[in-house]
Amino acid sequence: MFTPSIPVCDPPERPYWPNLLAGFALGLVLLLTFVLTGHGLGATGFTTRLSAWLGESVLPAWTLKNDYLGSFLEDGPVLSSWISWQVLGVFAGGLASAWLAGRMRWRIEGAASAGRGTRLLKAVVGGILAGFGARIAAGCTSGVGLSGSAVLGVAGFVFLGAFFAAGLLVSRLTGGGVQ
Amino acid sequence: MSNALDLSAPVSGILLGFGFGFVLERAGFGSGCKLTAQFRLTDWSVFKVMFTAIVFAAVGLYALELGGLVDASRMYVPSPYLWAIAAGGAAIGAGFAVGGYCPGTAMVGITTGRVDAMVFFIGLLVGTFAFASLFPWLEPLTTAGELTKGDRLPQLLGLPEWLVLAILVGAAIGVFYLGGWFERRARSTPHALETQSSHH
Repeated sequence: MFTPSIPVCDPPERPYWPNLLAGFALGLVLLLTFVLTGHGLGATGFTTRLSAWLGESVLPAWTLKNDYLGSFLEDGPVLSSWISWQVLGVFAGGLASAWLAGRMRWRIEGAASAGRGTRLLKAVVGGILAGFGARIAAGCTSGVGLSGSAVLGVAGFVFLGAFFAAGLLVSRLTGGGVQ
Repeated sequence: MSNALDLSAPVSGILLGFGFGFVLERAGFGSGCKLTAQFRLTDWSVFKVMFTAIVFAAVGLYALELGGLVDASRMYVPSPYLWAIAAGGAAIGAGFAVGGYCPGTAMVGITTGRVDAMVFFIGLLVGTFAFASLFPWLEPLTTAGELTKGDRLPQLLGLPEWLVLAILVGAAIGVFYLGGWFERRARSTPHALETQSSHH
């Protein structure tokens, strides 16, 4: 008797945590973040500051004149912010977990079915959409969706609704994502 | 009194970020395949983990406030610019479906050696520059649809906080049942078996 597994993704080198355990652990980290800092977890606060920093380094005149990125450069070093430390921690935590679980391996996920060029093109297009959208919503899945909903913010739940509706629709229209 | 020796931001940022990144990787959220399986409705880990975390943190904050340990009114709540949030959330959902990640999970994908996650991350920066270039035209959208009734669900719905939390707990349990049903169905479809047997 074989137990069929969902065949779409390559099985991980070692099993992931069960959803309930991962959910409680993520909830605990999120709760601690609110208690210790008064705000939640994030991601694009950092990529926005990194963009402003890169812009200042490469195109200083344009960046300083830009109403959006320029405003980040007014208060001292643009990367000097809590979110930069938090993202540094995310990379360290991800590395530690992946290394301990033997899940660190160079690869282009999804290249086998989509082809290398198509997969990377989709990755950059997806990144552009997400980077653009996160500036309109003033946050991303972590900052608005997860953290905003944890404080029962209306913005958090509206974000999650729009995020999942668009994701389901676009997934149908573009071949179902990474496989 | 602020001085260069204030290490509270680096220490709390790195420690809490470490926990965040560690748990996301343990959940399998460094994998674009596992993440986008949520939108194929074959793996509901994203919904289940997010809902559990939201409910745990929300109930925890409520309990700590009842115990007088935190002042929940001082917690940051995102501004309810509903059109801005919906438009941005939809763009991020579309980017997730096409690219395989959202911004935070792309960072975790990078730590597992996924080159596609690195490319997604570069896209995030390109998208930020695109937004900044168009900011004069987009600025009105970033504050569109402001909700004036209150920025939290209890005020909006006129319900006590404990009842909103109870409804959320029920919804989370519902997501686990619904997701389990879809996952069992995905495992027994002809497509799944066909792909399975092609490995032999």
